[in-house]
Amino acid sequence: MAKLAKSPWLLHYDASSCNGCDIEVLDCTTPRFDIERFGIINTGDPFQADILLVTGGVNAQSEAVVKQIYSQMPNPKVVVAVGICACTGGVFKECYNIKGGVDTVIPVDVYVPGCAARPQAIIDGVVKALEILDKKRRDYAQARKSGQADEAEGGNEPWNT
Amino acid sequence: MAKQSIVPFGPQHPVLPEPVHLDLVLEDETVVKAVPSIGFVHRGLEKLVELKDFKQYVYIAERVCGICSFGHGLGYCQCVEDIMGVEAPRRAAYLRTIWMEMSRVHSHLLWLGLLADALGFESLFMQSWRLREKILDMFDLTTGGRIIFSVNCIGGVLKDMDSGMLVQISRTVDEIERELRPVADTFLRDVTVGSRLNGLGVLSAEDAKGMGAVGPMLRASGVPYDSRLTGYAAYGDLSVEPITATAGDSMARCEVRIREIYQSFRLIREAIAKIPQGDIAVPVKGNPNGESFMRIEQPRGEAIYYVKANGTKFLDRFRLRTPTTSNIPPMLDLLRGCQLADVALLILTIDPCISCTER
Repeated sequence: MAKLAKSPWLLHYDASSCNGCDIEVLDCTTPRFDIERFGIINTGDPFQADILLVTGGVNAQSEAVVKQIYSQMPNPKVVVAVGICACTGGVFKECYNIKGGVDTVIPVDVYVPGCAARPQAIIDGVVKALEILDKKRRDYAQARKSGQADEAEGGNEPWNT
Repeated sequence: MAKQSIVPFGPQHPVLPEPVHLDLVLEDETVVKAVPSIGFVHRGLEKLVELKDFKQYVYIAERVCGICSFGHGLGYCQCVEDIMGVEAPRRAAYLRTIWMEMSRVHSHLLWLGLLADALGFESLFMQSWRLREKILDMFDLTTGGRIIFSVNCIGGVLKDMDSGMLVQISRTVDEIERELRPVADTFLRDVTVGSRLNGLGVLSAEDAKGMGAVGPMLRASGVPYDSRLTGYAAYGDLSVEPITATAGDSMARCEVRIREIYQSFRLIREAIAKIPQGDIAVPVKGNPNGESFMRIEQPRGEAIYYVKANGTKFLDRFRLRTPTTSNIPPMLDLLRGCQLADVALLILTIDPCISCTER
């Protein structure tokens, strides 16, 4: 990571996590790990966020919320699945109310395994997400130039309807 | 009557790391009624007892909640041990007590941080969480995990602490105690913090008992009740005294939690001084048959565990009543009549753990 094109803002949502990964995500912003040194701020507002961190598998009730938050975020955006539950469903995969990982509902760019995912791993995942965000931004600018912005915004995708 | 309007609160809200949804019925800025709706974190893990055998289920029980993870494992193991007539060795009981008290310190420091964050007092939030890291380091040293460390097993614990670790823990406890003092003083004496917390959400002792409040919420209203007095694990050998305050407002709840952190430091030191030598686990053979209740004092209050077994390796039923479940009715009562700006603070002062509540 040579330099950052912009200061990305994070949004965190707990889809159905046990809290373990949530407090590790919050931990990343505190003095020991301090992701603010990358210019990253943990925001509560989907409309201003670039990176969505989702913890926990998706259940019947949180599915709609995850979709809504994702559609409210401006393009380009990156999704990071934090913890093994968000990746695949984890130990709760066989529970009757768990649909599976976050990628069953919205497209996921980076998977961070672990139960609970360690802050070091989450930071690594976020740094990887930054590279993807940069690439998406370039593609998006390209698409706008050639007049295909609608496609780049994912207008026809199922999660945007 | 003024015009009523409904403001949705949550499920995705900056103040809470967890999703909870409230419909707040407002008259101007005053909350008339709060209607909760839950289920955003419901996984249905109680039913997993039918798919995982009773020894595997320890790991599921520890994942009920990531903050009080150790306590949930402990409660479940004690239930199954009770059914099978197994008694964990004394050293295991002491180790469990030390980990349990460390969990309490970590949970209360986390809560203090979240409270400071809700007040908008960022530096206090950072300070509380900086201190909490030291406890997590001790978990890392003794078990290899930071938050969910799965050291409980049926019949004892999986990992021992050598004397070096015990010395290190007591040294860390001294260090945190020293560094916590200015932070605690800020919470209890600072004018800004006081202006938000003093007199906010007063719960009388009768109401607290009547609506079934538990834990620091109950003790802040002056009711001296603490399930550690039942003497599970090694608490029977230690001097536990319920910490109470009389005011019953948000500041009292904050004060009770801060004094409980100091109490936990004392209990950890006492347990380290008294810990006996010996085995850390006894072998467990056969399958459980019967049923058992167990209550333990989690950082958020009393949690009740129920296990029903049928003689096979799969249990019939595992049931858990969590402290937040019992604290929601008093919380809704406190919300009635408060200002909109205080809603987030009042929700926080019960120290809600949604993933425990919904499982």
